[in-house]
Amino acid sequence: MSLMSLLSMLVSGTLFGFGLALSTMLSPEVILSFLRFRDRGLMLVMSGAVSVSLLAYQFAPRLRRKPVFGVQFDRHRLEPTRQTVVGAALFGVGWGLCGVCPGPAIAGLGVGNWPALYSLAGLAAGAWLQGVAAERGWWPIPRAVAP
Amino acid sequence: MLSSWFPSGWAHYLIGGLCIGFGIALLFVPTGRVGGMSTVFSSSWSFVSRRPFFRQTRLLQSRGWRLVFAGGLVLGAAGWWLALGPPGGVRTAVPPWQLLLGGLIAGYGARLSGGCTSGHGVCGLASLQAPSLWAVLTFMASAFVTANLVWRVGAH
Repeated sequence: MSLMSLLSMLVSGTLFGFGLALSTMLSPEVILSFLRFRDRGLMLVMSGAVSVSLLAYQFAPRLRRKPVFGVQFDRHRLEPTRQTVVGAALFGVGWGLCGVCPGPAIAGLGVGNWPALYSLAGLAAGAWLQGVAAERGWWPIPRAVAP
Repeated sequence: MLSSWFPSGWAHYLIGGLCIGFGIALLFVPTGRVGGMSTVFSSSWSFVSRRPFFRQTRLLQSRGWRLVFAGGLVLGAAGWWLALGPPGGVRTAVPPWQLLLGGLIAGYGARLSGGCTSGHGVCGLASLQAPSLWAVLTFMASAFVTANLVWRVGAH
């Protein structure tokens, strides 16, 4: 990986983290008040983020054969499976319980939101359990494990 | 309507969202990577675990940049804190058990689903993936129900 692509990754992460903090998404209270219909702000955050990334995802591969410093444009390819929906339902239960999702759990480290460390640990443990469950073929039916 | 829908103002939400979008664009155009945030929780286990699940090629190949990207998230949030944030940092009164248990369920679910609020909600929708739209509608629904139930029973 070239220095320039590493630098782009770091700068893009920095913008992402700054945006999360500026839009107060690092405060679980703000997320929970969205989920309780008291503040629609999260819709604005998602719309803003989707509109810019939509332009990048749709136009960059048409205008350039390959990325500026990379080899190819990745595609976020998804098969519609039961896991996608069952997993999303579970994710929502967890998110609705704590008001913290993966991005804000990580970015929370940068703003001294120490209680968010509980969620960070929970997310890491959940990802571990999902890996173990997938290996053992536990319910819900796991994604195929690539060799 | 504006003040009842957005009691704490709307501009910071929109500008923050645009920053997130530019971050995702700045990852994609120079490097070709698609950045949701939940995969780093699986790919980083490969640094310490020998389990075959975490040794999948797609996790091993992406663990480096995903961690760099996550490091950027911390830096960017810290930059906001230094420049604009409250001196004491962001605080939450949500009790530890809720943060921990919620994180555990959300982590399992996001990895099973293949994405979270950023992976499905931003990157998936922006790349016009139908499964991501289903995932977003599903997690929004279950999160609305859970957050309101928790509130009714008197938790935070």
